This record gives sequence, structure tokens and C-alpha cells, in this order.
Amino acid sequence: MKSLSPTHLAIRYGFLVLMAGMIVVFSVLKPAFLSPQSAVFILQSVAITGILALGITATLVVDGFDLSIGAVATSAMMLSAYVMVIWEMGALTAVILCLLMGAAVGLINGLLIVKMRVPDLLATLGMMFLLVGLQRIPTQGNSISTGMVLADGRTATGTFAPEFLMLGRHRIDFILPDLVPLSVVVLVVIAVLTWVFLELTRHGRVMYAIGSNAQAAALAGINVAGYRVLAYVISGVMASLGGILLAARLGRGDVASGNNLLLDSVAAALIGFAVLGAAKPNAFGTAIGALFVGILLQGLTMLNAPYYTQDFIKGAVLVVALVFTFALSGRVGRARR
Amino acid sequence: MTAAAITIRGITKAFGRNAVLRGIDLDLPAGQVTALMGANGAGKSTLVKILCGVHRADGGEVRLDSQPFVPVGPAAALRQGVVTVHQNINDGVVPDLDVASNLLLDTLAEGGGLFLKRRRMRAEARRIADAVGLEIDVSRPVAGLTLADRQLVAIARAMAHRPRLLILDEPTSSLSLAEAQRLFALIDRLKGEGVAILYISHRMSDIRRLADRIVSMRDGQISGLFEGKPLNYSGAVRAMLGHEITEVDFAIPEPGPAMFETRGLRLKPEAQPFDLVLRRNEVVAITGLVGSGKSALAAVLYGLEPAAEGKMQLDGAPYRPEGAGQAVAAGVFLAAKDRLINSVIPQFDIQQNLTLPFTARHAGPLGLMRRAAERAAAERIIAAMGVVCQGPRDGILTLSGGNQQKVVVGRWMAEASRLLILDEPFQGVDIQARRDIGRRIRDSAADRATLVLCAELDEALEVADRILVMSEHTLVGDHRNENIDLARLMAQVSGSAEKTKEPA
Repeated sequence: MKSLSPTHLAIRYGFLVLMAGMIVVFSVLKPAFLSPQSAVFILQSVAITGILALGITATLVVDGFDLSIGAVATSAMMLSAYVMVIWEMGALTAVILCLLMGAAVGLINGLLIVKMRVPDLLATLGMMFLLVGLQRIPTQGNSISTGMVLADGRTATGTFAPEFLMLGRHRIDFILPDLVPLSVVVLVVIAVLTWVFLELTRHGRVMYAIGSNAQAAALAGINVAGYRVLAYVISGVMASLGGILLAARLGRGDVASGNNLLLDSVAAALIGFAVLGAAKPNAFGTAIGALFVGILLQGLTMLNAPYYTQDFIKGAVLVVALVFTFALSGRVGRARR
Repeated sequence: MTAAAITIRGITKAFGRNAVLRGIDLDLPAGQVTALMGANGAGKSTLVKILCGVHRADGGEVRLDSQPFVPVGPAAALRQGVVTVHQNINDGVVPDLDVASNLLLDTLAEGGGLFLKRRRMRAEARRIADAVGLEIDVSRPVAGLTLADRQLVAIARAMAHRPRLLILDEPTSSLSLAEAQRLFALIDRLKGEGVAILYISHRMSDIRRLADRIVSMRDGQISGLFEGKPLNYSGAVRAMLGHEITEVDFAIPEPGPAMFETRGLRLKPEAQPFDLVLRRNEVVAITGLVGSGKSALAAVLYGLEPAAEGKMQLDGAPYRPEGAGQAVAAGVFLAAKDRLINSVIPQFDIQQNLTLPFTARHAGPLGLMRRAAERAAAERIIAAMGVVCQGPRDGILTLSGGNQQKVVVGRWMAEASRLLILDEPFQGVDIQARRDIGRRIRDSAADRATLVLCAELDEALEVADRILVMSEHTLVGDHRNENIDLARLMAQVSGSAEKTKEPA
């Protein structure tokens, strides 16, 4: 290892130092911030944005972008509620249908981008609007919960299966009883799997190659279009998984929730660029980024900051993270020449 | 002797430590077409950029009509009468505007009045168009025009400035024959009006048709000036390509059985078909000017483009790849030219760049990479190619150009192939790297057929057992690399072997 200049140190560890500093400041202002309960809140909110952010990371790796993940997640939430409350089916059916829906949306996104040559941002933006509307059509824009009155006058008698609700609400004993939410375990498993996939398998390697120089990857005999589509399918499946966890936590199909999923998870994935000076999308950085966003939000909530201040600060942090990545490290990923 | 419109004396230009122009002396007489030839990297485009005001020369002087000419930018060069039509025609037109607005773009840009006076603009545009014989409706949007018409619009627009020097940079590279004829007619007219024309091209047919003089450039210097009828075309090509006869210090081995064959292969519908036989344990080079079809051939062999016609056979079996993946699976590898665009993965280290096409061969169950095996493979290639680096985990961009080239060429020699195609494997490398790469190509050639595509003749002479010549998308010459008749080979490169006389 060469000796590191101050700039190098700032690039490598700047964000971790910033995160530590944030924890110190919040703990001084609000000692309760350090309590196990607040940790649980943070982890619970991190679980969903983290999984979505890992999906975005997969598309960022192939030099793409998926703006539809928030809408996919809320669609999955509505779908799972519809399946259990109105169709009165079981938890397993609901989970499988949601994951299939996410995969299908990802496939359509990928094909729009690869085959129809629609730019990635526009294709997924269109998909986002489409899904936001579509998920409300079956219930005329109403939230779904047990006992709701349906369009034909009947009352919905189905309920959320208890094992489904466990996904979002159950906590596992870890040091303290009832500390770690099950959704956090899901996040950790997904994060480790994503990390292994991207860093240790040949498929991840090839996807990074596509993101760095797609032309060269194609000339090396790599199926560039196939891997691009795969990235969007991964993103769609992850987003639907996030939606399942959201539904399990809320216990209803709530049309009003999930509005900030997109911003939070994009922020997490892009902050991930700056963690340890990676200067590229990576699973570890994304997980840290999600934690960062979660800590920030919990701290601000405990300080009674209004929601618009939170959005402002999130945006500002995102901009700072991007400066870290692109200006300071100088290794801008897309070497255009 | 006609008065020189432009005199260039002792122009030098360096980018960093890289001297691109090393003292250029050149006169461009009024009313004559001077053809400028030079291989890639000879300095043609730098010279053009100095003349049209994009770059500043480091030393020397340019005089326009015996006045010092030091434009501060492209607009200033244009005002003083130096007009350039670039290869990429869309640099010269704004596709979304109509023809009239395009023709008057420079006056529009200079301002004057808030609103456009449509009728007056049209009339003015019509006048400019007529002056160059451009017969199109000036109210049509440029986006709807053919490339040739766009080019004429760009030239017409330029002509409104009463030019003294018109520079055309490979203007016919995307034109059909008929369209090119229209351009040539226009050039003839401008010549008659006393405009000096600098015509940059690799197309010998264009040069035969137009040139009054030929200037060859090589390594940042003028390597030949040819005047007086009849022009010495193959001399010009020789001056451009150069060939200090390199000691060919290898023995030509006995070639093995045919490994790869084409029958009646046609690269373009209008090109002549040709047959090509490549044998095991044989290194064949194809040389030819830029645009003669070498890369088009590579694209067909590698499955990137379908051939217009013809059959291919690999090891006796029909070979018809659809895409690079299938070609690689069949054992046909292509080390592409222009490494930064087509080969290098900038974010990857040396090892990852080396193993890129063959990750599957270094992966275990679930696609997990076997790191030790991968590293060992990378270290083998680094040693074999003589890549100068600290270790396989160095970033690829920390390497010099020559070492980067060794990596992207070595990538394809790491695994056994049946046909290895190397497109310009010596591009942008120093002499030592060139020797290393050439030796490695020859040393590893025993079990495959090897095809090297290179524009520079010395490179072909250094590496090949057999040298084929390509011209106008077909093969026109076949020479064993032993006591080669260079004059004949040069004549084939410049296309004068078949058509000694072509009516002007």
C-alpha cells in the first residue's frame, strides 16, 4: 500500500467519519438516540430502503438506472394486500405473486431499454408513472384493509396471514430480547448475497465490465443485452421484496405510504459510491449508505425536525456524497473518450 | 507556377512530450487541388486543426496571401477565408434548422436585429445555394437531406465567405459514387475560381480524379511531394507508409493444413468477391489503406456483421457466427483495434482485463471466480507478453500505451484459438512493445491460423509469413514474405495495378 495523502484519506474514510460524527452529535443532543429502541427503529427503516437500494445498485453496475423501484415496491404492497384481503389467499401465494410481478416489471424495463432502445431513465420513469396508476385501479384508489367495502358493496373479509406479518414485525432475540426485526435479517442476507454475486462471481465481474466499457465487453464475446436485462430483473425482484416487507410492517395496502422510498434508496446507493473510496456502485457501500440514511432520518425525527427539513437534508447529503465520489476521487467511472 | 495562397514554414506542434508536427513546410497554390495523404497518427488532422484555428502552432509561421495568418479560433479562420469541411458532416450543419437558416448560420450567429426576416433570408439563401449549384428547396429541414446534400450545404455555407483555402477532410467517406461525382464537379468549379484546395483522403480513386499535386506525411513531417503529370501515385503511397526494410530475422515455417477458408466472400454488395485460405501455423498479414475493408473483413469473420455474400469454413465445417459470443465459442478470437474504445475496461485492473473473455474458464460452481487460478493465469500472460507492471492488480490505466496494448492483445492469446485475428495490434505503441508483441504473435502461432490486419507495411513485413493486399474491399495481392517486390505491392495498395488508366 502506498502512503496515503490527506485527499486519499478523505476519499477513503470521509464518509465513515461523517457517519460516526453524526452519531456523536445526535447522541449528545438526544441521549435517547443511543438506546436499543432507537436502534431498532433505524434498522427497521433501513431494511426496506436497503433492499431497494441493492436493486438499484445492480442496475448502476451495468451503467443503467432504475427509477421505477419505488413504484414496484408500492405495487407489491398493494398486490399482496389484494391477494390476501380480497382474494383471501395465503401468505406464500402473496409472496410468490409479488416476486413474479417484480421480475416481470424488471423484464419489461430491460427489454424497453435493450430492445426498444429507450434511454434507461425515461423507460423506468414511464414505468414508474404507469405502476403508480395501475396499483390503484383495482380498488378505485382506496387503501386495502380487512373490512373495507368493495365496489360491488361486499365487505372484504380476508386478513393478512400471521406468518406474512411476521416478516415485517417479528423480532429476534439478540443480546436483548426482541431486538432485531426479521426484516433486518432479510436485508443482511440479501446484502451478503448481492455482495457475493457482484464481487465474487463471474456474472458480477462481467456486469462491472459492461458498466465500464460496454463496447469492449461486447467485443469480448459477452452477452451485453442479456446481462443488462438481468440487472433490471434483479432490481424489480428486490423492489417487490421491499414492498412485501412494507406491507408486512403496515398490515394493510396503504396508498399513502412509500412515497419517499425512491429518494431514500437512490441516496443510499449513490452514497455507497463514496464509502471507502470505491468510486463505483457496490453492495457493501450501498448497505452502509442505507444505514447512513436511516441514522440521519432517525436522528432528525428525534430532534423533531419536520419532514420537509428531512428531505432538504437528505438531498444535501446526497449532493455532498456525489462530490466525494466524482470530484475528489477523480476516477470518474465513465471514462468517455 | 501559380501564386501560393498559403505558405507554411517550419510549423511545429507538440502535445506534452509527444511531438506531432516536426517542422512542416508546404505551399498550397491557388486554383489547385493538393491531396494530403498520411497514415493514422502522421499528423494530418493536427495540421488541419492549426490551419482552421482550433490549435495554435508551437513554432513556425503560416502566411495567407503573404499576410501572416494566426487565427485565434475557428470563427476567425473562417472570416479570413480558410474554410474546413470536416469528416463528420454533422459538425457543419444544424439538422433541426431548414437549409436557408443553415446557409446563413454565420450571419445569424453574428446577430443584428431581433426578428428574422423570412423572405429576405430565403432569397439570400437561394443566392448562396445557386452559387455552388445546390439544387434543393431551401425551406426544407436539413434533417431530411441525404448526407451528400448536407455536405453540399456545409460547403455552400462556407462558400459565402469567399474562401481562399478550402480544406476537405475525407469528404467522400460516406458518399455514394454519384454523390461523390457531384462533389467533384463542385470542387472543379471552385478550382476554376482560384480557390486553393487541400483534399485529405485515403481513397486513391478520389485522388486520381482530383489531385494536381500529392503531399505525403509521415511521423509529423512531409515525406514526399509529387507534382507534374502523370502523378506518381505509388511513390506517394510509399512515402506515406515508409518502409525502412526491416531485417526479417525469422524463417518462414511450413504451413499446416487449411484452418479457415472463405469462398466468394463479398464484404459489400458492390465489392468484388474473394477467396481467402488461412493455414495452421501461418501468420498472414493483410495490409491496405484506411477504409480499404480490413476492419469490415474482421467484423464479418467475428460475426459482428453478416457478409453480403459468400461462405466461410472453419476446420472443414461451415462457420456462420451470429455475434461475438458465437465466434469466441467456435475458437475465432478478435483483438480489436482502438484499444481505449474497443478493448480496455478502464475500471478493471490488469488481471481482470486479461481474463475478461474467459471468466467462465476461471469460475467454479455457482459462477464463483477461482481467484488463485485466475491470478496464476494473469501472471502467466504478463510474463509471456513482457508487460511491465508491479503486479496483476495494478489498474490498467496506470500502464503505458504499449503495456496496455500487450494486455488487450495478450487477453486473446491466453487461451487456445483456431483463428486469431489481430486488428492493428501495434497501434500506438513504441518500438520495443511492437517487437515484443510481434514476437509473441509468432511464437504462439503453431496451433492456429493467425491473421494480422495493419495499414503500416513495415509492421506486416515484421510479423507475417504471407502478406495480402486489400483494396476497395477485396483482396488484390498475395506475397510470400521473402524478397518481396515492394514496388508491385505498393502499386496494389494504391490500386494502380488493375487500373493503370482511368479517365478523369
